Amino acid sequence: MAVTQPAAPEGGQLELPENVVVSRLDELASWCRKNSLWPMPFATACCGIELMATGAAKHDLARFGAEVFRFSPRQCDLMIVAGRVVMKMLPVLQRIWQQMHEPKWCISMGACASTGGVFDTYAVVQGIDRFIPVDMYVPGCPPRPEQLIQAIIDLQDKIQREGTITGREFNTRQRQDRKRALVESPLPLTLDASRNPNLQRQFSHPTAQARS
Amino acid sequence: MPQPSDAASESAPVNPHVAALEDAFGPLENSVFRDQQRVVLPAEHSPAAFAVLKDRGFDLLVDVSCVDYLEYRGAKHRYGLIYLLASTAGNQRLTVRVFVDDPDPTVASLVPLWEAANWLEREVWDLFGIRFTGHPDLRRLVLPEAFTAHPLRKDYPLQGRGERHNFPVITRDHS
Repeated sequence: MAVTQPAAPEGGQLELPENVVVSRLDELASWCRKNSLWPMPFATACCGIELMATGAAKHDLARFGAEVFRFSPRQCDLMIVAGRVVMKMLPVLQRIWQQMHEPKWCISMGACASTGGVFDTYAVVQGIDRFIPVDMYVPGCPPRPEQLIQAIIDLQDKIQREGTITGREFNTRQRQDRKRALVESPLPLTLDASRNPNLQRQFSHPTAQARS
Repeated sequence: MPQPSDAASESAPVNPHVAALEDAFGPLENSVFRDQQRVVLPAEHSPAAFAVLKDRGFDLLVDVSCVDYLEYRGAKHRYGLIYLLASTAGNQRLTVRVFVDDPDPTVASLVPLWEAANWLEREVWDLFGIRFTGHPDLRRLVLPEAFTAHPLRKDYPLQGRGERHNFPVITRDHS
């Protein structure tokens, strides 16, 4: 069937059939991606049990299109780090993260993955976000499956909101650097949030506001 | 009032294995605690005395572990090695303690006697830094090979010396 250029009518309005939807390609790609997240289960501790419960029948992650747990990083686009990561495991975690294809996201599930939790010892990494990028943090010890589901829903919203078909949203050196400055050297913080509304939105955490 | 079997007493009936050790190596500090025979062995007698015990039927080395007695009240030595021996045929157990000290805590390896000592001694080397002479493969067992400290020593800080944060940072830009 020949594709014909629809002629622009008088008022500049396009006449479209009822079954045609106009959208941006970025939105279409994000819509596909967010509803087919394939998780890489990086389960090292008790959070992994909750992760398994989330994927099982009662909580049923398939309702959100994220039920396809793959054990090869080549086939995944969502890493769920569930449990404490020790310093001997961290190079493995980084290698698996690098083996995953773009676009990819990371959920830090539970207190240990996010901060080290109660394990403030020489062997335990105090938060994986020091060494790999993290999109969502799930609090809890361990989190309920509902909390993980909420994180996946929030991540879907984020993908739909920010996603682009070329992955432009990942070119965030500036954002990453600013975030790390907040984490590792909180004082003196020279960012002035009152002058920059963009900052205010980004650092909406109460402690960050108190410093700025 | 403690039960008689609870008291660490020298007056308990002499254990035949301890008697055999004392015949060969002179008087040894030994005691019985809750029916468990314990004997302290000077480090210089280590391989020979363990060979005597193996000949007397202790065919199983259950465990090798260590305690760091740094700043421990009344301690005369810094490191106390603990060897748990068992005789499967005679249904007997024996706890052997060997004390070693800084600056170069060294003790003979028991791998020639019991193959089980291989990984157990590697673990003690890894976490306490006690060198086992004659060990065929004295590498770290649990910690990464690049680790330089021995973290179960009491003078090692609980939160480490920055080893846990000594990694490259992967950001979105290079991943």
